[in-house]
Amino acid sequence: MIRINCPVCGLRDETEFTYGGDASVTRPPIDDTQLSSWMDFVFMRDNPRGEHREFWHHVQGCRQWLVLERNTANHAIGSCTLAAGRGT
Amino acid sequence: MKQPNRLEHGGRIDRDRAIEMQFDGQTLSAFEGDTLASAMLANGLKIVARGFKYHRPRGVFSAGVEEPNALVHLRSGARHEPNARATVVEAYDGLQSTGQNAWPGVRFDISAVNQLLAPFIGAGFYYKTFMGPVKGTAFWMFCEKFIRRAAGMGRAQTVADPDEYEKVNAFCDVLVIGGGPAGLAAAIAAGQCGARVILLEQDACLGGSMLSLPVGGESDACLKAMEATLKGMDNVRILKRTTVFGAYDQDVYGAVERVWDHVEVPPAHQPRQRYWQIRTKQAVMATGAIERPLVFANNDRPGVMLANAVRSYVNRYAVLPGKKIVLATNNDSAYAVAADLVRAGAEVSLLDARVSVPAELFKPLEALGVQLYPGYGILAAKGSRGVSGAKIVLLDENGCARGPSKTIRCDLIAVSGGWTPVVHLWSQRGQKLQFDEQSASFLPLKSASSTLKTAGSANACGDLNQALLQGEVAGQEAAKAVTGVVGVQVNVPRLKEAIYADDWARDLLMIWSVTREDGSTDGKAFVDVQHDVALSDIDLAHREGFVSVEHLKRYTTTGMATDQGKLSNINALARMAQLQALSIPKVGTTTFRPPYTPIAIGAIAGREQGIHFRPTRLTPVHDWHVDNAAVMIEAGAWKRPWYYPEGGETINQAYVREAAHVRKHVGVVDASTLGKIAVQGPDAAEFLNRVYVNAWKKLKIGRLRYGVMLRDDGIVLDDGATARLGENDYFMTTTTANAAKILGYLEHLLQTAWTDLKVHVTSVSDQYAAFAVAGPSARDLLDAVCSGADLSNEALPNNQFVKATIAGVPVRINRMSYSGELAYEVYVASGYAHAVWKNLFKAGASFDIKPYGTESMGALRIEKGHVAGPEIDGRTTLGDLGLAGFASRVKPFSGSVLRHREKLDMASRPTLVGLEIDGDTGGMAGSLIYDQRAQQMGEEQGFLTSTTYSPALKKYISLALLRDGHERFGESVDIVNHVGDTVQTAKVVSPHFFDPEGARQNA
Ligand SMILES: [Zn+2]
Repeated sequence: MIRINCPVCGLRDETEFTYGGDASVTRPPIDDTQLSSWMDFVFMRDNPRGEHREFWHHVQGCRQWLVLERNTANHAIGSCTLAAGRGT
Repeated sequence: MKQPNRLEHGGRIDRDRAIEMQFDGQTLSAFEGDTLASAMLANGLKIVARGFKYHRPRGVFSAGVEEPNALVHLRSGARHEPNARATVVEAYDGLQSTGQNAWPGVRFDISAVNQLLAPFIGAGFYYKTFMGPVKGTAFWMFCEKFIRRAAGMGRAQTVADPDEYEKVNAFCDVLVIGGGPAGLAAAIAAGQCGARVILLEQDACLGGSMLSLPVGGESDACLKAMEATLKGMDNVRILKRTTVFGAYDQDVYGAVERVWDHVEVPPAHQPRQRYWQIRTKQAVMATGAIERPLVFANNDRPGVMLANAVRSYVNRYAVLPGKKIVLATNNDSAYAVAADLVRAGAEVSLLDARVSVPAELFKPLEALGVQLYPGYGILAAKGSRGVSGAKIVLLDENGCARGPSKTIRCDLIAVSGGWTPVVHLWSQRGQKLQFDEQSASFLPLKSASSTLKTAGSANACGDLNQALLQGEVAGQEAAKAVTGVVGVQVNVPRLKEAIYADDWARDLLMIWSVTREDGSTDGKAFVDVQHDVALSDIDLAHREGFVSVEHLKRYTTTGMATDQGKLSNINALARMAQLQALSIPKVGTTTFRPPYTPIAIGAIAGREQGIHFRPTRLTPVHDWHVDNAAVMIEAGAWKRPWYYPEGGETINQAYVREAAHVRKHVGVVDASTLGKIAVQGPDAAEFLNRVYVNAWKKLKIGRLRYGVMLRDDGIVLDDGATARLGENDYFMTTTTANAAKILGYLEHLLQTAWTDLKVHVTSVSDQYAAFAVAGPSARDLLDAVCSGADLSNEALPNNQFVKATIAGVPVRINRMSYSGELAYEVYVASGYAHAVWKNLFKAGASFDIKPYGTESMGALRIEKGHVAGPEIDGRTTLGDLGLAGFASRVKPFSGSVLRHREKLDMASRPTLVGLEIDGDTGGMAGSLIYDQRAQQMGEEQGFLTSTTYSPALKKYISLALLRDGHERFGESVDIVNHVGDTVQTAKVVSPHFFDPEGARQNA
């Protein structure tokens, strides 16, 4: 089990959160009609060994989407920030 | 009762409290403070188990959790427990136990004939015999039954465990794992530094290795002083009988407390075991070490034991398991054992693989009359059902016999191959181990930043005073890391004088296996007695090319199951290293995984079982359904009315009647489980426009609209109606199953991508109940109960809503139809839902109102060709479901680009059709559809999704996805159910079976 330091709620167990995928990809603008941009966004992922940025949803807490730095090799947790705070 | 091996004096047992236990029908006399194993030894019981593969007789081998042999069935009936290690089972009066893995009993076991087959059951026997061409054949099926019964460990219980288990969450600054000398010192030091400490000890008593030292000695004085110090510290919580079985990320530890395992039946309302989930900031691993066996022919005979286990039995339990004892060692730690054994009255010969030993070690033993054999090892144990002698030889530097052997008569062989520090938790945390040449063991590769500190024997520290000091330092450092306060003076009790000869980390000679000159052995020489893995199996694996230690482990099964490398690890590695001419660290070690010792599933489940396995959601009208004899069905976490049987109706009779009733009169279904989301804010219309495929910007206040959502990859995600309540206020509904998923998805879009949109989404699923009122009399009924609204067709056509009151309660009435009848959805605040529902039924009596359940709701929607979960299955597109017309051609929406991928646009994709099934039986969802001209095998042309009997059409119908479906109306197809092995025929029709023009719902 990992523990996540939610910027709203504080340090909580992983069981309160759900994983929400890779936070390093950027959603294309809604009016982007390029097939390739959406293919990249939906399907193409790096699979890094080491530092990674992930979306986690505090579903049983403040319901905020968070961007968590997690090391895929050793599960070390880095910073945890509100996804909404990162702009578009 | 006579206990032939019980010493007259001493031990940490309570001789005033005599108890009796049973093992395989034999009465064991014992005292409180004994374990089942110490009682077995005290009563002279030699054979207590049978080997795993060859069913050779086995005796008690150790005095701790590492016990490989003395695994027993404990208790009987529903409290039966398999694979209990007799060495850690606390004795209590009336304890019932039986041998396992043997029939009819451990003393005479029919399967022992396997010994004669031993040459054929070597490493990889199962793989080679059954995983080749015969796998999956009748031969394997035939053999498996017998193999599974003859092999394996204990027999599991099949009835429910009557005892309770519970879970506890705990938090602390410093978790100290192990209540031996180092752990006690660490807990005292950390506590004195002001940290909140939890100390866990797997034994019923604190003290660890100190409990095996002579009673009343210097170590006892120190232990007493430490216990007294801890008693006065209210920031140190001590849990005994508690094993830390796993170390997890972010300093979370799993532990099981055996609260009432030491009695037959726990007291009322008390759990048998308690599962602790501990979150700490720092931890001290003071987990001790496990003595290693030596490998020689027949080293599994009853009467071969670990040297320091024998010492434990003598000093802690006052049991001397043998009178004439041969001790064999490759390190210093057997010398103190020899002295204690002589003092207890035994005649002792001590063999040391090392030729030269310091005088301060052997001189005191000479004085006690111990026969010393420097440079010697045991080549073989003599005796079959128990040790009768030891064949000893002079050893060369490889552990091979040098010169002729001679036999010493004895009734006990005690061995010490050094110690294996218990580093399982360290390894579980993914931290590195490093081979230490001096102690010949893998040790934690420490780093200052680690939140897990190590102390004592777990660090290969064999000297007691040194272990106390390490504990003190580790406790202090851990506390300092939490509190940030440095230089706090601590006061941890110490030994007044050093106890020599405990220093096992010194001068170990790396010889564990003794063989003849040619490397062979006189009989089976086991590296893993629990799994019957012999030296010859390791040798065979080597000859067959197994190089990796992980492969070797799996091929030979060395160190698997409960052993987890506790006893077998180094001996197997050393043999591999020898064969590969490598050093042990070059061979490497396997990864340890939780649990450290076996744990009961019951403890992990706790009270989360049966109905409490997950929360149950009830609608606000639940009690009415129950009172009115509804048969309920689980829909996700929800309980919903399935059908309301009348006068002994079956489900089929009930749903057909309910559906027909709705089409004729009026029915009400509880739709409160729908997902309900308030979508609010100035950009709400823009937001809906992006997530739904259809357009939302022109929806007026007071109107509602059906919408479909796609995933980003273009597959249909969900559908539902959304009403515009106010300027910036929309009320979205989702399907019951997807309610939570859709909310999370909308939040994701708003918080990660479209942060510029001023929209807020809030779940209001629990705040509102919803009832669908459907049938030709629906309007008349609502007219009769509602006030303040005009419900006429002109004032309230489809896709509009009005606000009204029912019995004074504000409600919102959506005009929309899922059943195809004239229908409304009544939304009401949950707290008033039951009252409103009752009012509907009160007023509905004159309209012949009936409730209907999910089964008839399904029948009605299938008749109308509406899609639901079975059609929106995560693989279907808008086109597949006949919903393409909803999609806007002008505005972009989520999924609008990827839905036009080539494969998703192919005309030949299966599309939604209706099937009219011939005959008197319904179709089975999932059945495959085949062209009648083709064979009924290979790739199907489609499949049935939702099936029902249609009271309106008076025939069995089904929705289906069928290739080129729209062009095949009128065609006959075959429906093949490969599971039930049935074939039916059906006619392909439009999915809109009933009232396709919608005249009824627009009435
Ligand atoms: Zn939170």
